[in-house]
Amino acid sequence: MTETEQLTVGEMLLRHGISRRGFIKFCTATASAMALPPWMGSAMAEQLRNAARPSVVYLSFQECTGCFESMTRSFAPTIENLIFNTISLDYSDTLMAASGEAAEAARAKAMQDNFGKYVLVVDGSVPTGAAGAYCTAGGRSAVDTLREAAKGATAIVCVGTCSAFGGIPFADPNPTDAWPVSAIVGDKPIINVSGCPPIPEVITGTLLQFVSTGQVPDLDEHRRPKAFFGNTIHDRCYRRPFYDQGKFAKTFDDEGARNGWCLYELGCKGPTTYNACATLKWNGGTSFPIESGHGCIGCSEPGFWDKGSFYSALSSAAWGKAGEVAPRQILEIAAGTAAVGGVLGAASAGVSRLRQHGSEQQRTDNTP
Amino acid sequence: MDLLGFARGPALKVALAIFCLGVAWRIVGFALLRLRRDLNEPRASILKYLSGGFVAVGSRSWPHKEFIGRTGPGEALGYSYHIGLFAVVLLFTPHIVFLGGLLGVMWPGLPSSLITVISVVTVTLFLAVLFRRVTNPVMRMLSNFDDYFSWFITALVMATGLAATAHIGARYETLLGLHVLSVDVLLVWFPFGKLMHAFYIFPSRAINGALLARKGAIS
Repeated sequence: MTETEQLTVGEMLLRHGISRRGFIKFCTATASAMALPPWMGSAMAEQLRNAARPSVVYLSFQECTGCFESMTRSFAPTIENLIFNTISLDYSDTLMAASGEAAEAARAKAMQDNFGKYVLVVDGSVPTGAAGAYCTAGGRSAVDTLREAAKGATAIVCVGTCSAFGGIPFADPNPTDAWPVSAIVGDKPIINVSGCPPIPEVITGTLLQFVSTGQVPDLDEHRRPKAFFGNTIHDRCYRRPFYDQGKFAKTFDDEGARNGWCLYELGCKGPTTYNACATLKWNGGTSFPIESGHGCIGCSEPGFWDKGSFYSALSSAAWGKAGEVAPRQILEIAAGTAAVGGVLGAASAGVSRLRQHGSEQQRTDNTP
Repeated sequence: MDLLGFARGPALKVALAIFCLGVAWRIVGFALLRLRRDLNEPRASILKYLSGGFVAVGSRSWPHKEFIGRTGPGEALGYSYHIGLFAVVLLFTPHIVFLGGLLGVMWPGLPSSLITVISVVTVTLFLAVLFRRVTNPVMRMLSNFDDYFSWFITALVMATGLAATAHIGARYETLLGLHVLSVDVLLVWFPFGKLMHAFYIFPSRAINGALLARKGAIS
């Protein structure tokens, strides 16, 4: 173990020139963003300063590396980046200089030395088809690597929608029989940081809270930290007043779009998507997709790829695009069943007439 | 598939199919029923006979002046919640988008906040209607399961829609799923219960008016 690896977080921050004041400010801001009580900021700073740098094993499976890009592309130099550097990232096949057997040996050593204590970060879904042959590293399938790594992990943080919910590989027809981590590992705390990709500050914030408190944060029904996934994008969207006023962009280049009106009719999935995009935003709080003029595609929700077109309004998803004639299938169902109904109606009217005729005939016959 | 996906996907398609089948069944069955032959000589021309039908649609949609004191409040209540219901169903943008996707046409909507206010008022009126039904001895005697279930399912659609808008009770997508599911149930029930009055009310008034006009009576 090197000298750098033995340093506490506080010592490491000092070495990077981060003042105590700056560190406490960061912890307070993080605690605030996560809706923790105000005193948690200084408590978090104290805990972190004296904490040994936790070992983190970062496994990348069936993914596009977008999540990792998101995390590493946080505007540098940022304190989030430094915090991330202060974590002992013992294995990441994307970032680490070592490769091949040396890299795998580093992973094995980190897992052995920190058994029961390391944080396992997983990026990407886990393909199980063809005995796991769709994703292998070092001659081992992703599913085997995950099972082995999960045994000694104190918790698993799933970064990105693929590892959290299966994501795009899991989408119909799921040719590799891919699954989210939660479908493979059932006996460890799992924290899902979903998004395609997730917001960098959400990843680092979640790791920071776990490292500083040693506890899994409050999670929603999809195991996502409520601090970041507690509200829908729609509820925090700066365009929400236009929704309430009934002002909607009809196309991406009409007057409504230029005036920044609500993108609901253009397919925005903000009302059913839980994420912090509208508050934390991206690129250092510069913007987020809706601010750039495109509706939310709901990438942090389970099954987002199979929920219809990104450009169909939420309430019209079952029919097709709003303002266009319903898909042929729907019209055929309606016309076909109406035709059957019409035949049934004619038949029941016929039966009714026959009965009437019969009773009239009977009355006539009974007339003296 | 989650609840919302189920509700607005396969469940909605099945509900729509049953709705179309049921409505066509009832309307065709109604249209082909045999009317008893009226052997009396007509007391009005064919023009008055037909216009009497149109007159009846209008005149019977308004309380008669002699009974306005007794029936007026009930009719005002009825009109109010029907207008509220129409406003919410037809002028709320997500509903317009839904119907637009089905019919291929779109129309302007009202501000969402105004729709919320109308919804609250309409739900209140729904409760008033129920109160009137259960407290009025005559109405209570006339009411059966059909009346109460038709009220219940319509009120449920309104209540779940409001709850989804206000995020009361559960997550938004769950409430939205329940809202759409309640619409599915309403569509299935619609042709077979008293909700079918939406299709029958004007034709039945017109037929009654025309038959009365044929006899020389004024609707």
